[in-house]
Amino acid sequence: MNGKIPLIFVIGTLAGCAGTQSALDVHGEPAVHLRQLMLILIFVGVTVWVIVVAALAYAVLHHRSSPIDRAARSDRRARFIVTSLVVATAVIIAGLTVASFYTTRLIDGIGEPEMTVVVRGEQWWWRVTYLQDGQSAFQTANEIHIPVGTRVRLQLESADVVHSFWVPSLAGKQDLVPGRTNTLTIHADRPGVYRGQCAEFCGLQHSHMALLVMADDEASYRRWYASQLAESLVPDQPELARGKAAFLRKPCAACHRVRGTTADGTTGPDLTHVGSRGTIGAGLFDRTRGTLAAWIADPQTLKPGNNMPAVPLTSDELRSVSAYLESLK
Amino acid sequence: MTAHDRANDLRDTDLDLADVDRHLTAIWRTPRSFWGALSTVDHKIIGRRYIVTAFVFLFLGGILSLLMRLQLSRAEARFIGPDRYNQIFTMHGTNMMFLFAVPVMEAIAVYLVPLMVGTRNIAFPRLNAFSYWMFLAGGIVLWAAFIIDAGPDVGWFAYVPLSGPQYGVGKRADIWAQMITFTEVSALAVSVELVVTILKQRAPGMSLDRVPLFVWSMLVTSFMVILAMPAVMIASTSLILDRLVGTQFFNPAEGGDVLLWQHLFWFFGHPEVYIIFLPAVGMVSTIVTTFTRRPVFGYLSMVMALVSTGVLAFGLWVHHMFVAGLPRLGESFFTASSMAIAVPAGLQIFCWLATIWLGRPVCKTPLLFVFGFIITFVIGGMTGVMVASVPFDTQVHDTYFVVAHFHYVLVGGAVFPLLGAIYYWFPKFTGRTMSENLGHWVFALVFTGFHLTFFPMHVLGLAGMPRRVYTYQPELAWSGLNLMISLSALVLASGFLLFAIDVVRSARTGPVAGPNPWGAPTLEWATASPPAPYNFARIPVVRSGEPLWDDEELCVATGLCVDRRELLVSTVASSTPQARESSPRDSIWPLLAAVAASMVLVWSIFTPWAVVWGSIPIAIALIGWFWPKGVPEDES
Amino acid sequence: MIITSSRLINGLTMLLVGVALFVTWRPARRGFSGVARAPRGDRDQPVDCRDQSSPIRHAVTWSHVISWSGVAAALIVGAGVMGWIDEGRRFRLDPPVNSELDGFRLMPNGISGAPPEIDFARGQPYENDAYNLSQGKRLYTWFGCPTCHGDGRGGQGPSFLDGWWLYGPEMVSIVASIRDGRPHGMPPFRERIPIEQIWQLAGYVQSMGSYTPKVSAPGRDDAKHARPAENRGPAVMLFEEGPIGVHPRQGPSP
Repeated sequence: MNGKIPLIFVIGTLAGCAGTQSALDVHGEPAVHLRQLMLILIFVGVTVWVIVVAALAYAVLHHRSSPIDRAARSDRRARFIVTSLVVATAVIIAGLTVASFYTTRLIDGIGEPEMTVVVRGEQWWWRVTYLQDGQSAFQTANEIHIPVGTRVRLQLESADVVHSFWVPSLAGKQDLVPGRTNTLTIHADRPGVYRGQCAEFCGLQHSHMALLVMADDEASYRRWYASQLAESLVPDQPELARGKAAFLRKPCAACHRVRGTTADGTTGPDLTHVGSRGTIGAGLFDRTRGTLAAWIADPQTLKPGNNMPAVPLTSDELRSVSAYLESLK
Repeated sequence: MTAHDRANDLRDTDLDLADVDRHLTAIWRTPRSFWGALSTVDHKIIGRRYIVTAFVFLFLGGILSLLMRLQLSRAEARFIGPDRYNQIFTMHGTNMMFLFAVPVMEAIAVYLVPLMVGTRNIAFPRLNAFSYWMFLAGGIVLWAAFIIDAGPDVGWFAYVPLSGPQYGVGKRADIWAQMITFTEVSALAVSVELVVTILKQRAPGMSLDRVPLFVWSMLVTSFMVILAMPAVMIASTSLILDRLVGTQFFNPAEGGDVLLWQHLFWFFGHPEVYIIFLPAVGMVSTIVTTFTRRPVFGYLSMVMALVSTGVLAFGLWVHHMFVAGLPRLGESFFTASSMAIAVPAGLQIFCWLATIWLGRPVCKTPLLFVFGFIITFVIGGMTGVMVASVPFDTQVHDTYFVVAHFHYVLVGGAVFPLLGAIYYWFPKFTGRTMSENLGHWVFALVFTGFHLTFFPMHVLGLAGMPRRVYTYQPELAWSGLNLMISLSALVLASGFLLFAIDVVRSARTGPVAGPNPWGAPTLEWATASPPAPYNFARIPVVRSGEPLWDDEELCVATGLCVDRRELLVSTVASSTPQARESSPRDSIWPLLAAVAASMVLVWSIFTPWAVVWGSIPIAIALIGWFWPKGVPEDES
Repeated sequence: MIITSSRLINGLTMLLVGVALFVTWRPARRGFSGVARAPRGDRDQPVDCRDQSSPIRHAVTWSHVISWSGVAAALIVGAGVMGWIDEGRRFRLDPPVNSELDGFRLMPNGISGAPPEIDFARGQPYENDAYNLSQGKRLYTWFGCPTCHGDGRGGQGPSFLDGWWLYGPEMVSIVASIRDGRPHGMPPFRERIPIEQIWQLAGYVQSMGSYTPKVSAPGRDDAKHARPAENRGPAVMLFEEGPIGVHPRQGPSP
């Protein structure tokens, strides 16, 4: 039994070491500082535990058959040892506290953020609004693009209950509390896709409230930003046109917005450029035409209890609507 | 009391032991009828009942955890849907924290503290009975709601606005909030009784520096309960008012604050875990004393550690809110205090290690559980120091790392000592010892199963898995560890099952035990196994901290009446006898009062008028409770 | 919070099983004892109070009954688990059930009628179930009803809280109003809201305007507080002598 634990730890740690949603596989300045602190704390913790268990083992095995030691000298020596151990404990604790404060200062001192993105937590998805001159430039959902090396301030609000924004590879988490605005600064040091998840229990589909943070190099980011600013693409094929017509005719337009059409619902995610996103359903599936169709056909089976109703569509309508949405790059 | 009455008192001074026993049994015994069981105020019967009921809740909560592990063993499993899973994990936490962990510690104290301090019954015995009925009612209300799909589904901490009037759908959160009221009234009642018993009813000569460490830990715990429980009662009452009546305590749009709930709840919630932990510390001290054949090293430091833990515990609560967006300076203060509480805990560990080192450890089952406690709790304490740090916590808060941490400190720090305590005191409770062989097996299964189940959760948390999720995506690398954890949970469960089998078997056919099978030093081992209804034929006089290890025979004090229920009241510090105090007889009124109170609390889930109209039956029950009954105890 | 018959049957069965087990279980001659007596034999000799050993008098006391009732309770809970593990809130209607919801029949004057059989078969969930009522509450704001109806107190459209129902308080009337529209300004939402959501909305509107507040009615909003919460019976509190916000040609009855 005693040999299994280290092995499991090694295997498990290796599993946790890689991955897009791992606090040990870090790619952003705040998370790097956090990982350093983590390693210090883990090292100290393991050392202390090993010493305590070794002392216990020795005490039990060595003294099982010895007479009870009531000598005053042993008592004095024991008192001295215990006192020094307590003092050592206090010193270590103080040291760890200082290390913690130092890490806090490091994280707070990574510099002023250069851009702001508003993230609003809803049950059970992330409404992301990019600002230009303080005004809303465009909205997207469950995906944040940031330029590599830029510090981005996330303005965290909640539409309903307490959520928590957590992308472990980039930074620690911060809650989204209704009635207050919290901020979190993230920063990626290399291009990549970083996955995050809501980390505060928020109801039925808390488990399926994920998001992606995509760090792009400067040119890709500019391209992405420009395409998001633009209005939705006009369909250039009959099937897409049929899909657009069905989208506007059916309840879809009552909840979703597609800029450039008459669909301007605000309660659901903005679909103007849904075809360019990596996932649908807040990280539920990769976005393909098939998953779009599956989601529209039966959202309650895929994500039971979420707020998208099942809208009855004929198979023609489903095919054309999913094609249309897929085309909204 | 008139001179005539005084002259007619039958005191134990004048009688021989057999007559004393006869008179006291007649006066103190509980009749073996249904009515007797309902109306008893004997702390031993109530305590045993309390312990069994709490363990029933433990096993129910364990079944829930197995269901959770089954659902989580595979990615995107479809065994349990989100609504049901949310109810299950809420019930698991609520049940374990409110219906098992605190009550079982209180229950063991209810049974043992009067015996350990050398008195005949706990203080306020009718309140003790009331407390048990309220606890049972609260548990039944909660589990009945769960069975009919109205179990709370908002987490055991029920954050608003998820549990608030708009997002907390149905009566689920109201039932949760009222269950809190049941269990907190019950815990408060027991704490008040324990404080009075420990301070005023100790045997003559048991000055404060001779009080057993378990009794000290219960004293500190009781004060913590008295100071912490009102916070959660305020919180749950405000929640019900918001939901039922439309107040605005937690509504930011109308001036309320969402974070107010978190502050109120965690101001209770953090001391709550120390309320669970400190009695276990007392149990560990007791077991270590007995099985190393020497008193715990550093009595004064141990008491100081207990008191300072109890005080410090009230200054930590914000560490549950490190990511809620509070100012950094304030949060840093709580980092410092959360780390500081490791110092008294460390002191206690070192003192126990010194005791084992200097003594002669006898590796019986209770001591094995103490070893398991030390190994496990130190890990939990280390991860506690880790999560006390704000930056570290921003990564691991609300992940499986924290789940691992609190199970290490709660199971390692409280359940292992509890299991050891059951093995230790079982002969006293039932007159039979448990099986040493099975005990070793129970320890091995529980220890191995526990570590295999919960250690990988540290890794899962660092690998990004949040808490309170009913499933996870296959593309994340968590499936293997989750499957391993779920399988290991079966090992842990089998350990508990074996424990239950051992308890039942030993209670029926175990080897008969004498009064002191372990050769332990504290006063409860000076009684029969199980003790007579009057505990001690004559109140013992104590001359040291380990009265039964003294070389001289145990002295007794005489002068209490044997024709009425009487016990001795002594001073707080030096425990010199002060007065003879009568102790109430059996009474059905505590049960009736509990029934009335339960009715009011359940009714108030549906309408606020319940509090108004329901106060009438409560008033009637209280009048009946306190009405003088003309028995000799009333006159003295 | 609907207790279905299958759960009741399960619970009762297990209760009977538990009682039967308990009654027939023969306690061992040696077992728990609620009360221990000093041994008869030792009464004649002086006994040091430290040396009181006592063989246990064994019997089942009622104290055991109470403790072991916990076991019976556990059995009942197990039964509940068995009977309940596949029931609970339904988030997805089977498509045939969904289309049934469209199939209610109205009286010729558009007031009242026959709800679909499926509504009764499911226990009238849109009127009684707290989950459906809270969903209706969410949909009320999401689909813009307050634009004309305010927070229920009316505006351009009629009030739901004045205690007056233009087309009667039955579910089918309200569903028909939402789905097909009504004269003088209520647009049809047939193309904009799926039928299940229309039923949820209708249930909520009905609970808002009901004269006795329903037990399962939602509580107050987490927003600016303009009127009493639905579970406090706003229609009773805000009752008006005449209907509010009605088109002049409509009058008290359509």
